Amino acid sequence: MIRFLFKGLLRDRSRSLLPILVVTAGVMLTVFAYCYINGILGDMIEFSAKYTSGHVKIMTRAYAENKDQVPNDLALIEVNDLITNLEKDYPTMEFVQRISFGGLLDSPDENGETKKQGIVAGIAVDLISENTKEIERLNLDGALRKGRFPEKSNEVLISDEFAGKLEVGPGDKVTLITSTMYGGMSIQNFTVAGTIEFGVQFMDRSGMIADISGIQNAMDMNDACGELLGFLNSPNYDDIEAMNVETTFNNKYSDPNDEFSPVMNRLKNDSIMSGYFEYMDGAVGILITVFVLAMSIVLWNTGLIGGLRRYGEIGVRLAIGEEKGHIYRSMIFESIFIGIIGSFLGTLIGLGFSYWLQEVGIDIGDMMKNSKMMMPSVFRAHITTPAYYLGFIPGLFSVVLGTMLSGIGIYKRKTAQLFKELET
Amino acid sequence: MEQSSIITIKELIKRFPVGKGEFTALNGINLAFNTGEFAGIVGPSGSGKTTLLNIIGSLDTATEGKAVVMGQSTGDLTTKSAAKLRRMHLGFIFQTYNLLPVYTVYENVEFPLLLLKLSDSERRKAVNDALEWVGLTDKIKSRPAQLSGGECQRVAIARAMVKKPEIVLADEPTANLDAANSHNILKMMLKLNEELKTTFIFATHDDKVIKYLKRKITLEDGKVVKDEFITK
Ligand SMILES: Nc1ncnc2c1ncn2[C@@H]1O[C@H](COP(=O)(O)OP(=O)(O)OP(=O)(O)O)[C@@H](O)[C@H]1O
Ligand SMILES: [Mg+2]
Repeated sequence: MIRFLFKGLLRDRSRSLLPILVVTAGVMLTVFAYCYINGILGDMIEFSAKYTSGHVKIMTRAYAENKDQVPNDLALIEVNDLITNLEKDYPTMEFVQRISFGGLLDSPDENGETKKQGIVAGIAVDLISENTKEIERLNLDGALRKGRFPEKSNEVLISDEFAGKLEVGPGDKVTLITSTMYGGMSIQNFTVAGTIEFGVQFMDRSGMIADISGIQNAMDMNDACGELLGFLNSPNYDDIEAMNVETTFNNKYSDPNDEFSPVMNRLKNDSIMSGYFEYMDGAVGILITVFVLAMSIVLWNTGLIGGLRRYGEIGVRLAIGEEKGHIYRSMIFESIFIGIIGSFLGTLIGLGFSYWLQEVGIDIGDMMKNSKMMMPSVFRAHITTPAYYLGFIPGLFSVVLGTMLSGIGIYKRKTAQLFKELET
Repeated sequence: MEQSSIITIKELIKRFPVGKGEFTALNGINLAFNTGEFAGIVGPSGSGKTTLLNIIGSLDTATEGKAVVMGQSTGDLTTKSAAKLRRMHLGFIFQTYNLLPVYTVYENVEFPLLLLKLSDSERRKAVNDALEWVGLTDKIKSRPAQLSGGECQRVAIARAMVKKPEIVLADEPTANLDAANSHNILKMMLKLNEELKTTFIFATHDDKVIKYLKRKITLEDGKVVKDEFITK
């Protein structure tokens, strides 16, 4: 009997092909949309982790409270000792020093007078020590446009766009005007080693990356840094592990009564990021619901049309003595088969597109000129495990639901009525 | 010769709701059929032939009265038991053949046996026998669309006969066939009636069919107006 049904399904294209196409299309979109959202949010998380928040971040309590203002006067001190301790407590993790700073960047002409000047948004990271992973972490390799990476502490990278504005290139001098940790004025000369493209509008406009020791020197911050970023061993953010680290660290090192004591926040606790996490969960739920509903309606209708066409067949099967329930179940069986085939194909194609978007990406930088969002301007999909099975939920559910709805007609109609329709 | 009654119809009335009122399609039918009959219900269009056949076939139910088929009162059957009655004991032949278009001749004939859960070898033998009866052994792989009308109806007969049912109900089986094919098919059914003792009941107003009948029941306005046995 099952073989018999399969034969019919395979030979009757309108019974199988159209629903399979609908399911394939819907599942493809579901999978693709999932990977796409995943990619965007994953990018945001990864981006945030690498550039600003780490998987966990240590600041002084006072700094943490005003962290939007980057109050380097409230920076962590005796950082080297702290790192030594942390490396003992969390041997699989890596901790890196970061200083975010702002100020003016000045490009002098041949007489030493200001030629061009711009507001600079800089981060100081470890660029030159032998084992530094920061170049890789910040993806600087691919971002280098001109010149080379700094080799000395007084060499910097600035964004390619910013360099154009300041009319400087590799080898040229620039002057950073900012304040020291203690509130004094700091004027320090640096050499542009190379230019980079951040891929983030905000940073591309005025970004600068300096070696941490050079900035510590310029800002009078020896053995001090604004933020200490911690990275877990896994490539993707693991909230449970991060929470563990956060709790143990704060219990051991943080003193609520001392505003200069260090405090650790994990990435998800970051006010912006926690919203993204919720958004991500919500988006997946909405996505599946929408596709289940939309596809069910389409399939219900194709099922109704197919069903009408099949009244003849159903009438004969009833006359030959098949039970209504058996016919109904066999239609659902067919729909499960169609759902599986369609979901499989849709998942395959959806993953294909996602893979392409994961590897190539879409550059939307041009579409958001005025944005300051901390978001990569190249959108990429990200294929995660759920992408392999997620599409089967709307795929199977919709086709079975569509068939059940359209098949109710069999039950509602009297046998004689179905039979009469068969005669015409 | 003493014969057992296979179908008994008693005071059967069938009314259809039409608008606000009702239309009486069958009005007090009393009939009995014996095993092995070759009977026809004849009468003008709208006289109730199809309605009566559908009630005998448990595809429809009587408003009043009874139709007892193979000892079972069709009006009292659940849809499940009605399906079982059809599956086990009844074969249908329709004016429009109603073959399943995506299946081959062989598969169309095999279908009733799948519902009866016969084994592979039992099915193969029965299907081949049935196709031999109707002379279509050379077309087993064809689809209905590739067959002539006469051939389609022969497939339909094979499908109705393959499970060797006690009763075959045929509603206007020749309406779409030419004279030669009509005779051909009736001879075939007559032969099966004689060889297998299958009871045949036709609904028809085709003279070509009437010529072959051994019993002719004339219906007019839902009533039996004549019931004659024809001896040849
Ligand atoms: N479902 C229904 N609802 C209302 N009236 C019906 C229904 N089915 C049949 N009738 C009516 O019952 C009467 C008998 O119909 P039936 O189909 O039995 O006629 P028939 O003798 O088979 O005619 P024909 O030779 O044209 O096939 C007709 O007047 C028809 O209009
Ligand atoms: Mg009729």
